[in-house]
Amino acid sequence: MAPSAALPKPGGGLSWNWLGVAPFLVFATVFLVLPTSYLMVGAFQDPAGHFTLNNLRGLFDDNVINAYWISFRISAASAIGGGVIGFLLAWAAVQGQLPAWIRPTLMTFSGVASNFAGVPLAFAFLATLGRVGLVTTLMRKYLGFDLYSTGFSILSFTGLTLTYLYFQIPLMVLIVSPALEGLKREWREACDCLGGSSFHYWRYIALPVLWPSIMGAMLLLFANAFGAVATAYALTGSSLNIVPILLYAQIRGDVLHNPNLGYALALGMVVITGLSNAGYIWLRSKSEKGRT
Amino acid sequence: MKPASQSTSRLGAWIAIGVGASYFLIPLLATFEFSLRMLRGEYSFEAYRVVFTDPLFQATFGYSIMMAVITIIVGVLLVVPTAYWVQLRLPKLRPLVEFITLLPLVIPAIVIVFGYLRIFNSSSWIPLTGNERATDFLLVCSYVTLSLPYMYRSIDTGLRAIDVRTLTEAAEVLGANTFTILFKVIFPNVRSAILSGAFLTFAVVIGEFTMASLLSRPAFGPYLQLVGANKAYEPSALAVMAFMLTWASMGLIQVFGRNAKNATKP
Repeated sequence: MAPSAALPKPGGGLSWNWLGVAPFLVFATVFLVLPTSYLMVGAFQDPAGHFTLNNLRGLFDDNVINAYWISFRISAASAIGGGVIGFLLAWAAVQGQLPAWIRPTLMTFSGVASNFAGVPLAFAFLATLGRVGLVTTLMRKYLGFDLYSTGFSILSFTGLTLTYLYFQIPLMVLIVSPALEGLKREWREACDCLGGSSFHYWRYIALPVLWPSIMGAMLLLFANAFGAVATAYALTGSSLNIVPILLYAQIRGDVLHNPNLGYALALGMVVITGLSNAGYIWLRSKSEKGRT
Repeated sequence: MKPASQSTSRLGAWIAIGVGASYFLIPLLATFEFSLRMLRGEYSFEAYRVVFTDPLFQATFGYSIMMAVITIIVGVLLVVPTAYWVQLRLPKLRPLVEFITLLPLVIPAIVIVFGYLRIFNSSSWIPLTGNERATDFLLVCSYVTLSLPYMYRSIDTGLRAIDVRTLTEAAEVLGANTFTILFKVIFPNVRSAILSGAFLTFAVVIGEFTMASLLSRPAFGPYLQLVGANKAYEPSALAVMAFMLTWASMGLIQVFGRNAKNATKP
């Protein structure tokens, strides 16, 4: 190592250049790649270190598969809800011919709100829709309607989805706005000139152009919700059995009574978030190709 | 026909914005209102006073600010030279480096920290969780990892906006070494990109829960969770403060971004 580093430029050019990114690569290996790989490998081993598929089989135990299923539903619901609402908001701001100040305001706010996640977000929704939250109280007082008598609870599937939307919608706005900006005004005019209605415009022009961006963004939202721990933990404690919470409990105190099953749980999470991110990247390259 | 369809689309746009705005503003209002209710029968800032005078608040908040600052310094020192070098000498490595910097968005934080607890535990080769200072170090590394996507993207954008090659060659002609070029030429030229990466990192790190909690460090995130589980009004006050902190970070990014744009314009 040392002699090659000391070589003059012509001979050792390559190794010199590699040296420039070495600190970064070492850091990424030690603090990102190795820890994750350790778990991924451990998922295929028994406690003695022998290869096994039993841990993966363990993922299909009722308790674990249930957690995956609830996580999947919450992530999908918040991704689809966030995707649709975020798209409508972005469309309104970009294409809706509203006053000019709306758009920068929405973008700035989205930047803030998409980062306002974690524990404080849970507090905000408890103060809004919790049992003594403002909206709950006002509805009871003025509309005579008890939200909680309908079976609603902020600590439930619906409540958590509603809370996740608070960072999912703005994220969607931020991701999909550039694609909406790419819609040319002439397309709409051409459609109008040919006697097409709004429906025709959306059905045959806008949506075919936009769908890869929309789908891709939703996959990203899905992965985003799937890995989130803090909001759910602060909101529901451990009462809601979702994968990140289960994994949290497993790390804290081996609730599954099998460390290697914990690794498999982590592997499952990485596979799911990895696949949705891969889908996002694939769809994004597709939409970029379509635009040129 | 045309004006009618346009005015309905404008009405639709207003409805979308109106519904969106209420969904986003009502929880903020509700949280603020709730935070004022600590004293029975009147609105007051009592909850804020209680929070501010809580020694645990001061300790954890201070700790998290310190962690955030160290994270930003380490992150900048790691990312700027890397992005600079990739742009100048190793463009072929760009896809790899970009891929690595995006991994923290793909691998959930809880998985990363789980891995840390396994390979850096007290019976491993590198027992970083063995004592508090070493665990602090590990926490900083975890935060640097978490902030890689934001830091790298922001700095890479900044570097693309300046002519790295010409600047470097000019400095080399004047006899500067790589170290001088990096700190005296490149850093000042991407200052606003560094700052925006820094504020984004700050916003991400300051209330971070998963890493700090599982590494058992006395940070602000776990403190928030603890207060949330045990108190009624203080959590709302803390949420309002956290929201304002996030606002401030994002606002400062905009301010510095605008200044940078104005500065590059003739």
